[in-house]
Amino acid sequence: MAEPAIELIGINKSFGAVHANRDIHLAIPRGTIHGIIGENGAGKSTLMSILYGFYQADSGEIRVAGKPTVIHTPNQAIQLGIGMVHQHFMLVPNFTVLENVILGAEGEPLLNASIAKARGELARLEREYGLEVDPDAIVEELPVGLQQRVEILKALYRGADILILDEPTGVLTPAEADHLFRILKQLKDQGKTVVLITHKLREIMAITDNVTVMRQGTVVATRETKKTTVEELAEMMVGRRVLLRVDKGEAKPNAVKLAVRNLTVKDSRGVTMVSDVSFDVRAGEIVGIAGVAGNGQSELLEAISGIRRAESGSVELDGHPIHVTGEADPGELRDRGLAHVPEDRHHVGLVLAFEENENSILGYHDQEEYLNGVFLDIGAILKDARGKIEKYDIRPTNPRLKTANFSGGNQQKIVLAREMEQDPGVLIVGQPTRGVDVGAIEFIHRRLIEMRDLGKAVLLVSVELDEVRSLSDRILVMFAGRIVGERGPDASEGELGLLMAGVHKEAAE
Amino acid sequence: MSVPYAKLPRWVDYGLIPLINLIVAFIVAGFVVLLVGENPFRAAGILFEGAFGSGQNIAYTLFYATNFIFTGLAVAVAFHCGLFNIGGEGQAYIAGLGVSLVALSFDSTLPWWITFPLAIIAAAVVGALWALIPAYLQAKRGSHIVITTIMFNFIAASIMVYLLVDVLKPPAEQAPQTRSFLEGGQLPKLNFIFESLGMTVRSAPLNISFLLALLMAYLVWLLIWRTKLGYEMRTMGHSPKAARYAGIDEARIIIVTMMISGALAGMMALNPLMGDQHRMALDFVAGAGFVGIAVALMGRSHPAGIIPASILFGMLYQGGAELAFDMPNISRDMIVIIQGLVILFAGALEHMFRPAIQTLFASLSPSSVGLPVAKGKGA
Repeated sequence: MAEPAIELIGINKSFGAVHANRDIHLAIPRGTIHGIIGENGAGKSTLMSILYGFYQADSGEIRVAGKPTVIHTPNQAIQLGIGMVHQHFMLVPNFTVLENVILGAEGEPLLNASIAKARGELARLEREYGLEVDPDAIVEELPVGLQQRVEILKALYRGADILILDEPTGVLTPAEADHLFRILKQLKDQGKTVVLITHKLREIMAITDNVTVMRQGTVVATRETKKTTVEELAEMMVGRRVLLRVDKGEAKPNAVKLAVRNLTVKDSRGVTMVSDVSFDVRAGEIVGIAGVAGNGQSELLEAISGIRRAESGSVELDGHPIHVTGEADPGELRDRGLAHVPEDRHHVGLVLAFEENENSILGYHDQEEYLNGVFLDIGAILKDARGKIEKYDIRPTNPRLKTANFSGGNQQKIVLAREMEQDPGVLIVGQPTRGVDVGAIEFIHRRLIEMRDLGKAVLLVSVELDEVRSLSDRILVMFAGRIVGERGPDASEGELGLLMAGVHKEAAE
Repeated sequence: MSVPYAKLPRWVDYGLIPLINLIVAFIVAGFVVLLVGENPFRAAGILFEGAFGSGQNIAYTLFYATNFIFTGLAVAVAFHCGLFNIGGEGQAYIAGLGVSLVALSFDSTLPWWITFPLAIIAAAVVGALWALIPAYLQAKRGSHIVITTIMFNFIAASIMVYLLVDVLKPPAEQAPQTRSFLEGGQLPKLNFIFESLGMTVRSAPLNISFLLALLMAYLVWLLIWRTKLGYEMRTMGHSPKAARYAGIDEARIIIVTMMISGALAGMMALNPLMGDQHRMALDFVAGAGFVGIAVALMGRSHPAGIIPASILFGMLYQGGAELAFDMPNISRDMIVIIQGLVILFAGALEHMFRPAIQTLFASLSPSSVGLPVAKGKGA
């Protein structure tokens, strides 16, 4: 057997007392697509950062094409033929594709020569791998899928033989993701080695040759993808059996709780993000909004919850208007029974520097039960927080701990506990499981279904199409600020995917 | 892939790290002293002796510290709301008007224990109102508070020059200052404390506004960590988006916070005017508003840190004056350099030694940094 492209032998890395990588052994054969899967905090990103020279391992050896090497900087990694496509693109938005590609590899003070050379190279890469991008397009004007392609081109332009992709499909439509996978297969056929880091089991099954499962900083197993199953991988990731399907009964929709009519919202730059959106959410149903990130879902949620002022349109809560175009007050909406789990729990839903108990009253800190005149009733707040910690299985169980020290899943549970325990009539949930580990996802999904069955109206926005499909009783698809279609929960992924990409199948629509 | 935030024991966070910063600052300052040809150890001795050597010296140190506690608390309160109030200097200066107005009006008719509370209210109100304008501009017009408060320092200075020269100065007087306050406008000294301990105090200006400063420190702690208003201020300070989400009125909280901050800065005027000089002269604030920023930084915006930080700067002021007197090569400017080094290491470079200490503690005893040795189950 040929030398593996990359071999990691006994890699260890600690941050303080946290052992992020523990005795990692991993061999990635040349010319294969190798998946690395694991929950958040399993150590995938740390391992790849060591390989790409961001961190140095405390001990262990890296062999590239059989040769032991030490990688101190990303530049060294690039020279060894390792390229990385980051989850958050490292592109200069107002540069052209060409300028971005040569950035850091300009060569000489005058750009003419290197631009000409890069133009030729890009044309070649385009021919060989089907990576078409207009080299003179401004990057910020490109759709996300193409921006990602620019990242791949950047790596290939620098002569990458081994390409590491960190959660590459998080921002893509299903169609874009399929296209990416075709490109990756082509790269593989040309003899490149691809390392795909993801937490999506489906992608692993669809495209990889081998898969390595990581948990708590260690490699649990490496399997040939053909010889494993989704269930087995999920179990290895979490360390116990998990329910991937959400069990739920029929919805029993009741009176309209939330009525949105002709809502138009602009973002802070004045760009219309939501245009003329109308829909209802009834008691006892979950309405899911599917769509690729950035198509107005965030602004829609913010407008309904009173955080962002809408341009025009109206929203009614229990038949009474919310002043979405004027001074809507999130505090007043809470009193009226509208709870909101925001998309961005780090900056909006929580104050990470606060103690857990302080976050468990955020937004409800006006309520008498938490106050003693103008003073906070610390005893009551702690008691309340302990109750929620127990009921929602939040760990660690200490309400005096700083919120930043909780894992993503537990932070999300803090927000959910706070919002759900107020017994709201309407619950608005944005990205309930973003950055949340599989075990907690199961819990959160169950709680959302419970809320529905208690007769609450739930509006769910998620970029995870699987999540929207498995939870929602009705699915609205948003594209470019408009609702482009409504489907039942049994709609196929392909059909929703086309709607999310803005392709209308029915001529009638 | 983020480096986990290791929690250090409180005594390390609030005791050891500031102490190390301070020691480094003094070591570097020692080299500066060496550079001008003086013995750093002798200089340190004189500085310390000058600040704490006798009852008289301690009283002076605490007198200066009183100013810094007020201005430090003012900066800290604004910090907690995410506002950088650089205008303590101007707020304290203009609040001198309130103090003087009360003292000049009632000093012949009322005893000090009635004028004092009146003067506290007047100082707080004037300071708060002076902070209100930049606060309003920030809250409603988005004018950056750093710019406006620093501008308001200049405006305050100019107004005070005008008032002292043209309005408040008694006709026959040469110097631009008010007439002296009579007995009803003079605060009692605290010298008896030192005398009861057997130390001699000749004429130190330490007065009861020191006790007021300590009371304010307690009230600020109560406000920030125990009241609903403080909770809202901290939410706003950590994350304006979270504050909006929580239904906190941004404009209201900015204005209220800045007025509290201005009121605290304003109370600083009581100490030099009614406690020491018994009149209002030009530039009586003498930079205390700016030292307040350093004090708040060093004290981590916590009253329990601000008080020792204020005493430290009081020591640098008082001991520094002695040092400049005793060592001809060390001028007043050298003292400012030493103060600057303390600010640099304690404020700006506050976290320089933190990672190393964090690693040290993590390897010594993992449990002391609040991390489980083996990570528990994910969810």
